[in-house]
Amino acid sequence: MNTVEPAIAVHDLVKTYPSGTAVAGISFDLRPGSITGLLGGNGAGKTTTIAMLMGLVTPTSGSVRVLAADMPRQRYRVLHRMNFESPYVEMPMRLTVRQNLTVFAMLYGVADVAGRTARLAAELDLTELLDRQTGKLSAGQKTRVSLAKALLNEPEVLLLDEPTASLDPDTADWVRGRLERYRVERGATVLLASHNMSEVERMCERVIIMKRGRIEDDDAPSALLTRYGRHTLEDVFLDVARGRAEAREAAQ
Amino acid sequence: MSPPASDIIGISTRRIVAMVLRYWYLLRSSWPRVLDLIYWPTVQMLMWGFLQTYIGQNAGFFARATGTFIGAVLLWDILFRGQLGFSVSFLEEMWARNLGNLMMSPLKPIEFVIALMIMSIVRLAIGLVPVTLLAIAFFGFNFYGLGLALAAFFGNLILTSWAVGIFVSGLVLRNGLGAENMAWTIMFIFLPLTCVYYPVAVLPGWLQIAAWSLPPTYVFEGLRALLIDHVFRADLMIESFALNIVLFGAATVAFLELLQSARRNGSLMQTGE
Repeated sequence: MNTVEPAIAVHDLVKTYPSGTAVAGISFDLRPGSITGLLGGNGAGKTTTIAMLMGLVTPTSGSVRVLAADMPRQRYRVLHRMNFESPYVEMPMRLTVRQNLTVFAMLYGVADVAGRTARLAAELDLTELLDRQTGKLSAGQKTRVSLAKALLNEPEVLLLDEPTASLDPDTADWVRGRLERYRVERGATVLLASHNMSEVERMCERVIIMKRGRIEDDDAPSALLTRYGRHTLEDVFLDVARGRAEAREAAQ
Repeated sequence: MSPPASDIIGISTRRIVAMVLRYWYLLRSSWPRVLDLIYWPTVQMLMWGFLQTYIGQNAGFFARATGTFIGAVLLWDILFRGQLGFSVSFLEEMWARNLGNLMMSPLKPIEFVIALMIMSIVRLAIGLVPVTLLAIAFFGFNFYGLGLALAAFFGNLILTSWAVGIFVSGLVLRNGLGAENMAWTIMFIFLPLTCVYYPVAVLPGWLQIAAWSLPPTYVFEGLRALLIDHVFRADLMIESFALNIVLFGAATVAFLELLQSARRNGSLMQTGE
């Protein structure tokens, strides 16, 4: 019997707004050290799900446990062990990279702020950018700074919301490589929300596909390809998004 | 990772220092922001100072009431700039789209609020100290000559400014930058009602009730008592403080409720308009 507590446990999670239902009763567990892709079109409920995992949004019903803490009620017990990265949340533009990383290292309770900043800067090729204003960096450089912020506290749970959006293929590949290495070295649990199917196919051992706030499918990428009879995850995604899978089943 | 040693009853001084540093770095990097802190208080002080000089030369009463206008404008700036210092630091996070980073970090709302209070004093000091020195140079009015009374005035006014700042921040959290204008304008309702430049007795009877329900009214009355009658009215300061406790408590409850509401409504995910 497997008695290891999941790093993330989501049960019957619902989020309803006056304008409609964003998340309509989803459940999943993520085992420690795993990397899972969260796929879905615009409005599928991915970002709302991640926001509930971080305690930023209060669920209408259901439960979220992260590192054995109930979210959002016990979020301050575990937020220093988590982190996230999203291109939709920026860092203060006028502060230098070093100033930003110093502030966030202090917020996350990092013991050796200067040392950790220097090590991360070296790893992420940011050393020469440390004293430049964050707002004056290119999109790729800003992403590396956001990634540095996300890794400052060596999080056990890392939530990534489209970490390579708007990056050129070379930088995106570099970011993916760095994230994979971090997960392996740290044994971190990673949840990756993305529109980029090849990225998810390459990085993730499991894929959860959401549509209109529900989980439409949940399996390993290879199992999904076999089940849908497709060669790429993108085709699987299109089958789910356009309801082709149901249509095919109905025809059969 | 265990909680840092700097935690005091769940409040981390290190996280507070981190936020103060964040705003200090911002001020240091932007001279227009610093200039803006000094510019308007200087203009106001000069205008009211010259007006007082002119009236004083032509009316016996005002000649005796030296410094009432300049003193009042400087105290008004503590109230107005104190709130603005709090609110603008908060708005900087909205403008920078950094609120999501903060709200998903271990920073607690109480630590955020304490950092904003500290920054309101820092910003106030940058703006007001040069102006008080100019008041000595131009009009011979020594603001610091008010002595211990100044500490009582300052304490009460800054408490009111923080209470209003906390409430406005809650509104912006809940409603996004559409509520930003409140940060700039809400304090102006205090200008006529708290009788900054004239005694409460000037107001119609029914409005006097409203005036006496606001803590700053007692401070401005106290200033006039000190400068005109040369009496320090401790009773007014105590009443002001008692009202401030109520106002501060109400603002804190409102802020926490607005924050909870923002979490329920998902407003923290969308901090734009």
